[in-house]
Formats: sequence, structure tokens, C-alpha cells
Amino acid sequence: MILEVVIGVIVGGIPLSASLLFASLGEMFGQRSGVFNLGTEGIMMLSAFVGFYLVYLFGSPVLGIVAAMAVGGLMGLLMALVSVTFKAEQGISGIGLYMFGWGVSGTLFRVYVGGVTNIDGIGRIAVPVLKDIPVLGPILFNQNPLVYLAFLLVPVSSYVLFKTPWGLKVRAVGTTPQAADTLGVNVQRIRYQCVTLGGVMSGLAGAYLSIGQAQMFADNLTAGRGFIAVALVYFGRWKPSGVMWGALLFSMAHALQRSIQVYGIEFPYEIAVATPYLMVILVLALTYKERNVGPLALGKPYNREFRG
Amino acid sequence: MAEIIDRLEMNHITKRFPGVLALDDVTIHLRKGEILALLGENGAGKTTLMNVLYGLYHQDEGSVLINGQEVQIYEPLDALKRGIGMVHQHFMLVPNLTVLENIALGMYQHSEFKLDLERVRGRVKEVAERYNLSVKPDAYIWQLSVGEQQRVELVKVLTLGANVLILDEPTAALTPQQTDALIDLLRQTVLQDTSIIFISHKLNEVKAISDRVAVLRNGKLVFDGNTADHSAADLAEKMAGREIKYPKIQKKDEYGVPILQVQNVWADGDQEGTDSLQGLSVEVRAGEIVGVAGVSGNGQRELADAINGIRKIKEGRIVLDGEDISNHSPQQIIDRGMGYIPEDRLHEGTIPRFSVRENLIMKDYRRAPLSKALFLRKGEIDSRSESLVKAFNVKTPDIQTSCASLSGGNIQKVILAREITRKPKALLAAYPIRGLDIGASEYVHNQLIQAREEGMAVLLISEELDELLDLCDRIAVMYEGKILDVLPREECTKQELGLLMAGVAHGKE
Repeated sequence: MILEVVIGVIVGGIPLSASLLFASLGEMFGQRSGVFNLGTEGIMMLSAFVGFYLVYLFGSPVLGIVAAMAVGGLMGLLMALVSVTFKAEQGISGIGLYMFGWGVSGTLFRVYVGGVTNIDGIGRIAVPVLKDIPVLGPILFNQNPLVYLAFLLVPVSSYVLFKTPWGLKVRAVGTTPQAADTLGVNVQRIRYQCVTLGGVMSGLAGAYLSIGQAQMFADNLTAGRGFIAVALVYFGRWKPSGVMWGALLFSMAHALQRSIQVYGIEFPYEIAVATPYLMVILVLALTYKERNVGPLALGKPYNREFRG
Repeated sequence: MAEIIDRLEMNHITKRFPGVLALDDVTIHLRKGEILALLGENGAGKTTLMNVLYGLYHQDEGSVLINGQEVQIYEPLDALKRGIGMVHQHFMLVPNLTVLENIALGMYQHSEFKLDLERVRGRVKEVAERYNLSVKPDAYIWQLSVGEQQRVELVKVLTLGANVLILDEPTAALTPQQTDALIDLLRQTVLQDTSIIFISHKLNEVKAISDRVAVLRNGKLVFDGNTADHSAADLAEKMAGREIKYPKIQKKDEYGVPILQVQNVWADGDQEGTDSLQGLSVEVRAGEIVGVAGVSGNGQRELADAINGIRKIKEGRIVLDGEDISNHSPQQIIDRGMGYIPEDRLHEGTIPRFSVRENLIMKDYRRAPLSKALFLRKGEIDSRSESLVKAFNVKTPDIQTSCASLSGGNIQKVILAREITRKPKALLAAYPIRGLDIGASEYVHNQLIQAREEGMAVLLISEELDELLDLCDRIAVMYEGKILDVLPREECTKQELGLLMAGVAHGKE
């Protein structure tokens, strides 16, 4: 039975990690440039609803995904406007964005849909050839296409961040914006780009939840994943691979918690559900804090004329 | 590469900030191959003028001409393209990027999809060889010492094609030897079609390096002439607008009993597994000023922390007037008569957003007459603060003004007022004039001498040799967490102190 549980955890965990990966990789770009967006949860909520609603109306998952990403991008742009141009306190504006997305999506859902309704979202696609690998094939290569995309984005993000001129600018702007500025890098522009990109990715994360994973919409569909995504960026020390391991760890804990219930193991349900969240807090608190990696200017608006 | 700048002119530059006229009709010229020193006290407008030239600010009036042509510089990029490069006082390097990445940030990249570090490596190597400046291209900035970072800044600016170099107080963090090496290097650099604007308020450097000197005072150009024609004292007077006397101590024949005794103290550093203090011992007697000379980063901060109870010591003892204060709480140490003028005067010496009034009573508010039972007594506090502000000549609009909005010199006066009027038995002053202008430095020094006259035991941590030689009865040289040697003032020379500070052991047995 143990082997069954382990396989169950892996099979269940991988699809769960996709929404975290999208949101967290996006958030990572924002934080690398110096802006943390606590509104990720709200962006995911609203874009999950928009994606769901368009599929509900027109039956086109592609349209739903594109619209969700557009909504996410617009909310990212709003966050950038407030925190980069108007230099508002990032923590507060992020919470504002979260409440906005959460409230609007709930209201629209009740007004235009009303109750729980299933939609035909995106199903699993097995990868030819690879799916026939014994044991691993069915576990790894029979997924929703968005899951493949999420994992593909890990090396892509790494390359963009560490091997392109734009990525270099992002890293510089988030650490020492003055230095970037004196070398002719447009600090505000890079931050706008990163925060908006983060919004688009959170939008994709929301779309995956409603269109891919759940194939429905309900209040609190995101269940705090947006906040977990923010925490995973710290957990992953601002590196795509670190973010990926964090997302997998959280999702597998989540899947394990489900298995415990499915297999009827004697364990208090409330504690099981809380476990993945508690684990993230514990790991964040206990892991070794490597110095000199993170964006030092995280959370600080940049104002050229303000210094001595 | 930008064209060679044969002649650079800044004509009638005026720049206003809200409520302040930072630059008032300033005109300076620079020819190819020349080193121009820009001299002035803090807030005189030196850095503002150079930020205009570098495109960080834009002038409200006036014009910039290169080779006779008027140019508009709105962004640092415009300045870089025209061959103007600036090394800022606070290095503009990204600590978690490598040297090459830092330089690549300012270089044009042919492809948006591939960062070409090899091309940058080639350019850096060329520049490093041409100017004889060695750098480690793949090291992260945070791994480098301050001197190395300085070289990276120079290489960066030269690699980006600058032929006018603006250096904003480049020696602020260097040892005397490093400073000499830098001066030699800059002399070589100007031979190669480059000219330099050198911002400083250190007169000896200005004398040593510059061909011409322009003096700014309160945003106005007050002097422009050949360096060789004027003495250092002359320039100091022009800079301060009045005659300056450097206070010095009078020799004493007798001192009191030992007041502050640091005995074989060991303490951890900030990085795990390193000892910042390694068996350090030093002693200060009543009525004596003992200097701790050394390049910062050799354990000075940790020594100050340990004495004031902010850092645990692992071994050894710290004794204040016969009482063991090792690993006591800061409050207990303050109560036993320790005064402290910290290195970071704004953040450690004051609570920046608190008012001058609140900062002045920070160490005494719990006792009568400033408080009674659980309540602060407003009247007493106001009158005490008013009288301290007057006695110490703190320039502040009123006692309710926040400390953060005062100048460095006035913040230091607030701290001095608080610490000295408590009449501590011992006073620790860490870099008390760092970043202060001549007038404020003179004031701080007079106060320290006064404290000595009143019988306090003063421990003065500094890296300014002139300051140490003027004020200290004895000078202890600190290197890698230990005191290498303690020399009476009469036996010290700058040369010798400089060598000891660099870790070269003393010649005598």
C-alpha cells in the first residue's frame, strides 16, 4: 500500500503544482525587479473566473486562457502603476489588489452564474512515445498540456533571468536601482515589465485552476495558492529551480493529505488539511538563509532625485 | 567610442531644489589632460554640480558645452555616450552580480536574446592592461574589498569609453597607502587623453593630485585657480569662508586611574565561524584620549558593540571603573557611566524620525527630573532640550524637528549634547567626524578635548591619521581583531601608522 500511496502522491501532486508554478515564476520576476505583489491571490481569483466564464459562454478554452492572461496583465499593470509610479507601500497595495480581485470575482460569479456549474475545460494529453516508459510514463507524461508548459517555463525563466541582457537588467534593478540608473537602465520601465509579466502569469495560473484543474468555478477556488506562490519565491531563493522544488513539495504535501483521507487513515482531518501550509511556514523559518542572493531593494520604490 | 573631449564647459549653472538654491550661477572649465579638484564642504553643491553633468539632475539655468558645442544631457546614458563617466561616492555596483555582469549592464548588447559576456571580458581585459588596473572578472562584488570595488568602478567607467572621469570622494574608504596608489594611477590615466574632475574635501589630497582647484561654498563658486599657487590653509579658508584652527591636545604629565579596560576579548564576527575580535586588549585612563587606528572592517565596529553590550564576548573581560561590565545589557552599561558616539550616527545614534527633543532625552527619560512615576514631564524635558540645543549650537528650526532632517554635523551635535552632558566616566567615539565638514569637525574635536580636560576616558576609533595625531595621547593600531601596537603620540609618524594599519608588524622588538 505504501508504494500505492507514494505513486498516488506523485500523480496527484504534479498537476496541483502547475498553478503554483505559473504564479510563483511570475512573482519571481516581479520580486527580482524589486516589487513584491501580494495581490497574486486576487489576480488568480478574478482571472480564474473570467477564464471560466468565457468557456461557460463560448465553450472555447483557448479564448478563456487568453482572456484570463489579459485580465491578469491589466491587474499587474495596475499594481505597477500604484507601486512603481505612485510609490505606494507595496504590501498595502498588494492586499488592496487581492481584496479587489476576490470581491469582484465573487460578485460577478453570483450575478452571472449563480451556482456551481461544470464546464468542458482542457483534459489530459498523453505524450506519444514517452507515455510508454514503464512506471514513469503514466505518472509523468499523461498531463494537462498546461502542466507541461508550467514545467517548460522553469528552464525558460532561468535562461531569461541569467543569460539575457533583459534578465541582467532585472537583477540589477531589484538589487541596486541607483547603479542600474547610472548605467542608463530605465528602472521604472523594467519594473513595469516585470510586474505586468507577473500579472499575466498569475492570470494563467488562475485559468489553469478553473479551466484545467477544477473545470468549474467556486468561491475561494484559489484557496490561498496566490499567497503560497509569494512565499515560494522566498523559499526558492529567487531562482526558478528553487521555486519549482518548493511548488512540488507543497503540492505533494497537499496530495498526501488527500490520500490520507481517501485511504481512510486515522488522522484528524483539520490537521491534515492544514499540513501543507504549516510545512511552508516551517521550511521558510528553518532553512538556511543564503546571503547575497536576494533582491536587496525589494519593496523599496526608486526615486532618483531623492538621494543626497 | 565617444569623441575625445578637448574642452568641457559648464556655464552659469543654476539648480534649485524645493526651498533650496543648490547651485547658483556656477561656471567651471576643464581641458584635456587636466585634473580639476572640486573642493567644498558638505552641502556646498559639489555632488549636485556633477550630477547635473552626469544627467542625474537637469539644470534649471545654464548650459554644458563639449568642444564648444552645446549639449543636452538628460539621462546618464547621454553622458556616457559623450564620454563622461562618474564614479560615485557610494559605489554604484550591484553586489550580487559579478564584475563582468556589472560592466555589461552599461554596454550595448547586440542581441536581446543572448548576454554576450565574452565580448565584455575582452574589453575589460584591454582596459585593465592599458591602465594597469587588475580586476577579477568573475568575482561577485560582495566578495571584493572596498579597494577592489574602487578599481572595478574605474575599470567600468573606462570600459564604457569615458574620457572625462568624475570621481566623487574616491578616497573616502581607502587606507593612506591605497590612496597614494590611486593618486599615482590617476596621474597615469590623464596622460592618456583623459581628464578628471576630483571631488573632495580633503585638502592634502587636493594638493597632491590636482592641477587646478575650484572651490564651492553654499552653491556658489568662490575660487578657481592653479593648485600650486595656494597653500592648504589658504584653500581651507576659502572653503569654510573663515579661518580654521585645527584643535590639538596639550601634553599632560599625569593621568588618572585606568577607567576603561578591555582585556583579551574574543567575539564572533557577523559571518559564522569567524572571530572579529581575537584577544584584543586596550586600556584608557581618566583624562586621556586613546586612539584606535585601523582600516575599517578590522573589528572596530565589533569592539564598539562589545564595549556597549550590543555584542556578546566569548572570552576576556571588559572593566569600567573597576566594575566588570562584560556581557551586561546596554542599559546596565549606560547606567555605570559609559558614553557612546556611534559610527552610524543617524541610525544608531538617534531614532531618525523622532524629534531633536526626544533624541536628546533618550538616555535619561526614565529618571527624575525628566519623569515622575510613569509620566514624562513635558516642561522639564522642553527646558532641558532648549538649553542643550543652545549650548551645543545645534542648527534646527525647533526642538520638534525630526533628527533625520538635520545635517550630519547637527545630528552629531545632538548626540554629543546627549552623551557628554550625562558626564560619563568613559566615552567611546567611533569615526566622530566621518563625512562632516571642516567647521563641524572642529566643533566635535573641541568637545572631545573638553571631555578629556574634564577627566573622562575617551576611546577614539578613527582611520583619519590627522585626527588621531591631533587628539590622542596614545594610539593603538588595530588589525584583524587585535591591537598590533600602542604608541605614545610623540613617537608616531603617519608613515609608521600607515604600515601598521596595513598589518606590517612594528620594527622594534
